[in-house]
Amino acid sequence: MLQFSFWDILSNLLIATQWTIILSLIAFVCGGIVGLVLLFMRVSGIKPLEWFTKGYIEFFQGTPLLMQLFLFFFGIALFGIEVSPWMAATLALTFWTSAFLTEIWRGCVESIAKGQWEASTSLAMTYIEQMRYVILPQASRIAVAPTVGFSVQVIKGTALASIIGFVELTKAGTMLNNATFKPFLVYSLVALIYFCLCYPLSWGAKKLEGRLNVAR
Amino acid sequence: MGEVKKDQRKRGKTNMTYKLQFAELLPYWDVLLQGLIFTIVLTLVSTFTGIAVGTAGASLRTFGPAWAGAIVTAYVELIRNTPFIVQLFFIFFGLPAAGVMLSETTAAFLAMTINLGAYSTEIIRAGIQAVPKGHIEAGVSLAMTKWEVLRHIILNQAFRKIYPALSSQIIIVMLGSAVVSQVSAQDLTYAANFVASRNFRNFEVYLLAALAYLILAMLARSLLRGLGRILFKAAN
Repeated sequence: MLQFSFWDILSNLLIATQWTIILSLIAFVCGGIVGLVLLFMRVSGIKPLEWFTKGYIEFFQGTPLLMQLFLFFFGIALFGIEVSPWMAATLALTFWTSAFLTEIWRGCVESIAKGQWEASTSLAMTYIEQMRYVILPQASRIAVAPTVGFSVQVIKGTALASIIGFVELTKAGTMLNNATFKPFLVYSLVALIYFCLCYPLSWGAKKLEGRLNVAR
Repeated sequence: MGEVKKDQRKRGKTNMTYKLQFAELLPYWDVLLQGLIFTIVLTLVSTFTGIAVGTAGASLRTFGPAWAGAIVTAYVELIRNTPFIVQLFFIFFGLPAAGVMLSETTAAFLAMTINLGAYSTEIIRAGIQAVPKGHIEAGVSLAMTKWEVLRHIILNQAFRKIYPALSSQIIIVMLGSAVVSQVSAQDLTYAANFVASRNFRNFEVYLLAALAYLILAMLARSLLRGLGRILFKAAN
């Protein structure tokens, strides 16, 4: 029988950690792009667009991420498209991330004084111009800390992709556990690696939050 | 290999006109209902224990000795920076190796309590810090004991302040509980998996389960809001 030393376990876990990081980055960047589009719709003042985004956010915030993964995994297959765990995980995590980011950013946009909107309207700026040159530059300063804080949730969210068969850190942990029968060691290491990924981000978010309060 | 691919593509084409078959879920309504009830009960029970842990943790961290505060901080940071599923796997698969055997339901309950406990420690601590120092001094000068001050002055005001944040955390934990199906605790997701394995109507059953979670989350939100109005009506 093949024997696994401590270093074998650790190096295998670290290889799988790459995929956790890649999936997190893709979900975060794509989720951010979709979230920005949704944000423009959400605060546009056009009722049907607002209703759509409200419903979208309600659905993705009100259902378990695991269910969303299942729905994407089995839902896309209904259209006759072969679904890889990669695709389902990326799509589900992207949409899930975008819903939360839109809601976070909406709070930041709404905290901008109404006078800013009125002033820019009186300068005959279009909606896009207002957002681009007046609102977003101010809102983004407030948004940095909670956005960094949410990135921790995205990394933790990728752990669920293991359930639909995406081999990342958690799945690698399960596989190694099945091979080595050392669950205590394996899951301790898995938790430790997640901690090393997430803690700097949590810490950074907290520091940014503090700095912003001083600036105000 | 090529044959299989072609076959799949052909089948795919016909699937474009796939009709959802919700009627096939009907024979399994009792399984799904049992799962739903399990999810509700699990959430309810671990909400109480989780908040109890959180209250103790927050009090210890603010008023306890430095070493206790350090332990609480380590606990909170460790839980908040690792995924719930890994915590669950550690408890269910890891602890038996250390000699602690747990049933899947106990493991699920324990994991949820520990998870909510960490988040609510952080939330309640923020509430405690927002209580003006003068109030505590006033309580002490009225000859209230340490416990009375904690119970009637500090926690009372803290909970009023952080109630909305705590409510949304409870809902997040409820949605997170879908993961306990992975250690075969028989919640709604487990029931959905079971039905899907029986009739292969994966999408339909997961859609139904997702909607059930959505309704549950919305209901919980309005119930918690109503409860908050009743609990914190006086002197607000």
